[in-house]
Amino acid sequence: MTATTPPKATPPLPPTPSHTVGPFYGYALPFPDGGRVAPEGHPDTITLHGYVLDGAGDPVPDALLEFWQSGPDGSLKGRPGSMRRDTVGGGHLGRNGTDFTGFGRVGTDADGHYALRTLPPGNPGVPYISVCVFARGLLHHLFTRAYLADAAPDAGGSTAGGPVPAGDALLASLPEQRRATLVARPEPHRTYRFDIRLQGEAETVFLQFG
Amino acid sequence: MALTQSDIDTEVGDLQNAYDKARAAGAPAQHHPPRDYRPYRSSVLRHPQQPLVAVDGGDPETVELHGPVFGATDITDTDSDLTVQHQGEPLGERITVSGRLLDSKGHPVRGQLVEIWQANASGRYAHLRDQHPAPLDPNFTGVGRTLTDDEGRYSFTTVKPGAYPWRNHANAWRPAHIHFSLFGTAFTQRLVTQMYFPGDPLFRYDPILRSVTDESARARLVASYRHELSRPEFSLGYEWDIVLDGPSATWIEEGR
Ligand SMILES: [Fe+3]
Repeated sequence: MTATTPPKATPPLPPTPSHTVGPFYGYALPFPDGGRVAPEGHPDTITLHGYVLDGAGDPVPDALLEFWQSGPDGSLKGRPGSMRRDTVGGGHLGRNGTDFTGFGRVGTDADGHYALRTLPPGNPGVPYISVCVFARGLLHHLFTRAYLADAAPDAGGSTAGGPVPAGDALLASLPEQRRATLVARPEPHRTYRFDIRLQGEAETVFLQFG
Repeated sequence: MALTQSDIDTEVGDLQNAYDKARAAGAPAQHHPPRDYRPYRSSVLRHPQQPLVAVDGGDPETVELHGPVFGATDITDTDSDLTVQHQGEPLGERITVSGRLLDSKGHPVRGQLVEIWQANASGRYAHLRDQHPAPLDPNFTGVGRTLTDDEGRYSFTTVKPGAYPWRNHANAWRPAHIHFSLFGTAFTQRLVTQMYFPGDPLFRYDPILRSVTDESARARLVASYRHELSRPEFSLGYEWDIVLDGPSATWIEEGR
């Protein structure tokens, strides 16, 4: 194909409005192994965890978080099987143990805490995990990113909340204090801490895609 | 003092008037609810106060322009029929809800996951924290899943959910609704929403529905009764098409 036909100038269909996930999704959307994206026992497994907090600094015990990321090889194709169903009993079978689907979903617990076990993303530049936040009280979901800054190729493995490596247009565009809200803090045992503050002091940077 | 319905009605009315006035003065339509809609009290401490930061959508390698995929392993045959998931038949008015999942260009979104959840016919969720003293139905959980077909179509068989009370203010009742969760070809197209039934007298009292201040946008949340989709001696048919917002890399590639 050399010539491109300009798209027909039909007006876009207006979208279906968003609505809150409400308080009672808990028996419908979360699924076993929802936060266990890494294949079982994979030696490269990392843990991303933290708290979701409201404008008063209180934990949000009924948030639902979704995670989407590239594979360790940078692939963005994903794979089915995140919520594998049992065709005999009708329940969930869990993941198949070997495939990496790139997708995770976890609800926060009574303390507002979540944890995701996954493989390091391999996107170009500073690796990141895309996060989508749903909750009672949120009429429209929120997108953010958990950047694993110390895993960036040029980071030299030593950024304990310090300056962020170059190579990411979004991080570069933000003042330092806001930028810090997108950087997951390395902890021992391949673990990263990433809190999400919905409002107020140190409010997390939330994103929109045009 | 507890908030009354008329307190909430006043707040809803003021925000509606402000929106209508802005529209009349040429402001663009707001298709989605604002995140800080005070009449819905749960939003007060949970909405960001900083503006969202725009991410340049020009790079097709942007992770969010791609999205998770689902397939045959993620669904079983009975997942789209909420009336056959237990030993007996659930109580209530049996309905089918079907429609198409489209992107903003009108293209069908194929092979993507549609999830629903809802209260039973009495207005009670199968959730431990739902304390509405209406009966649980041992033959109804209220969870469904399906994948859209090649035309973007989905279809569920279920029972019509009941209206239910909640604690936003005194005598607050939600109109009957089914919760929907939808994926597009890109994570940016993600949508969670609710479908309503035509002619519900509770619409005007509900701050969640009224948070969509644009009247025509609000109307897009209401399914149509379609007699030709009703099945003789079996179920009443409703049709509801869903249009996803947001860019995806798929169409960038096809445009090349
Ligand atoms: Fe509900």
